[in-house]
Amino acid sequence: MRKNWWKILAACMVSASVVAGFIGPVPELHILNESIRNVYFHVPMWFTMLTLYLISVINSIKYLNSGDIKHDMLAVEAVNTGIIFCAFGLLTGMQWANITWGEPWPNDPKLNGSAIATLMYLAYLVLRNALDEEQKRAKISAVYNIFAFPIMVVLLYILPKLTDSLHPGNGGNSTFGDLDMDNYMRPVFYTAVIGWILTGSWVCTLRYRLRLLENKANKIQ
Amino acid sequence: MSLLKEVKTLVHKDLILEWRSKHAINSIFLYVVSTVFVCYQAFKTVDNALMWNALFWIILLFASINAISRSFVQESQYRQLYYYSITGPKAIILSKIIYNTILMVLLSIIAYFTYSVIFKNPVGDALLYFVAVLLGSISFATVFTMVSGISSKTGNNSTIMAILAFPVIIPLLIVLIKLSNNALQGLDRGISYGEIAVLLAINVITITISLLLFPYLWRD
Repeated sequence: MRKNWWKILAACMVSASVVAGFIGPVPELHILNESIRNVYFHVPMWFTMLTLYLISVINSIKYLNSGDIKHDMLAVEAVNTGIIFCAFGLLTGMQWANITWGEPWPNDPKLNGSAIATLMYLAYLVLRNALDEEQKRAKISAVYNIFAFPIMVVLLYILPKLTDSLHPGNGGNSTFGDLDMDNYMRPVFYTAVIGWILTGSWVCTLRYRLRLLENKANKIQ
Repeated sequence: MSLLKEVKTLVHKDLILEWRSKHAINSIFLYVVSTVFVCYQAFKTVDNALMWNALFWIILLFASINAISRSFVQESQYRQLYYYSITGPKAIILSKIIYNTILMVLLSIIAYFTYSVIFKNPVGDALLYFVAVLLGSISFATVFTMVSGISSKTGNNSTIMAILAFPVIIPLLIVLIKLSNNALQGLDRGISYGEIAVLLAINVITITISLLLFPYLWRD
């Protein structure tokens, strides 16, 4: 129970944010209208993805320092889970963009940036497939992972700020926080973010443990 | 001090090797000229300045990927072992970056001139455009050197090189195309300082990470 409390917390927080997100009051805004509720679902996906990628990079660094294959396993599972959350983020975002901006894929630096970041992590997985030897695969993919991460941060968080963007908080737009969220939305939003981050880490640890078991089973044979 | 000396010797060695065979420089030259010519046959004229710019960067991107992907391949396994015994990994990666930068600067100048001769040059601010081309070639060199180091460990698969390099280079390419568009339209230079700063910052970050990571990559 002591180890599982955060999983229960994650489930509670996500369900609470879903209930409060659909039922709770939202400010009436031009264009956004009721679709502002998507902020409880779309934004947490990206936060979760970034957290998972961060976990992956930290584990890659740990792997290079220690040479312990477990760190490499955690790194690759974090990327696997992160890509799923990235896909969810893109799907929710496309739906939202279709309603508010008129098309599912407007030419926006943040959208293109996230697509390219996805390519980067898919390339990481392809690189892993190209290498057969376990130690070598772990080392080289860890190097690529660390190499790609700062460039992804530049891509997703620095470049959009320099150019015109449809997203809030970019290109001189004010952030969602100062403008549109009222005091009711804020706690729900933070609950959703923490809940989804915990859920993401949970999925990641499940996959990691499964991989550990597979590894163990392979060794006995 | 000894690191600088090692780097100097290694760059010198690479340049001499290149000068003896002239393999890389000739093949790159031919590659650039024939690509530009193929584009010329396909497009005849490029009136749109935006398209002129995009075409130039695409040609340069592919030429540089071809040029740099070989930078670790040409070293045989035994020669790598020899380097291992006499120098450190930092000297190796720094020397490769410097050598590739020299190669890329040369290549991009050649590409720029052939391209401007064959397609009519619409550049408004020639100096700034030239700065963009130089910065672009340096950025290509720093990023691709490390990526080619990674891909050379996978059995020199050229597909892997492209897959790994493209997502990493796109952010740089976005900034470069923006900067060169500013130059193309002859806008006030003050507008472009932000982009130049971002490019320099990305280069510094890439070189630092390469220096930190290459020792792990190298030890086999």
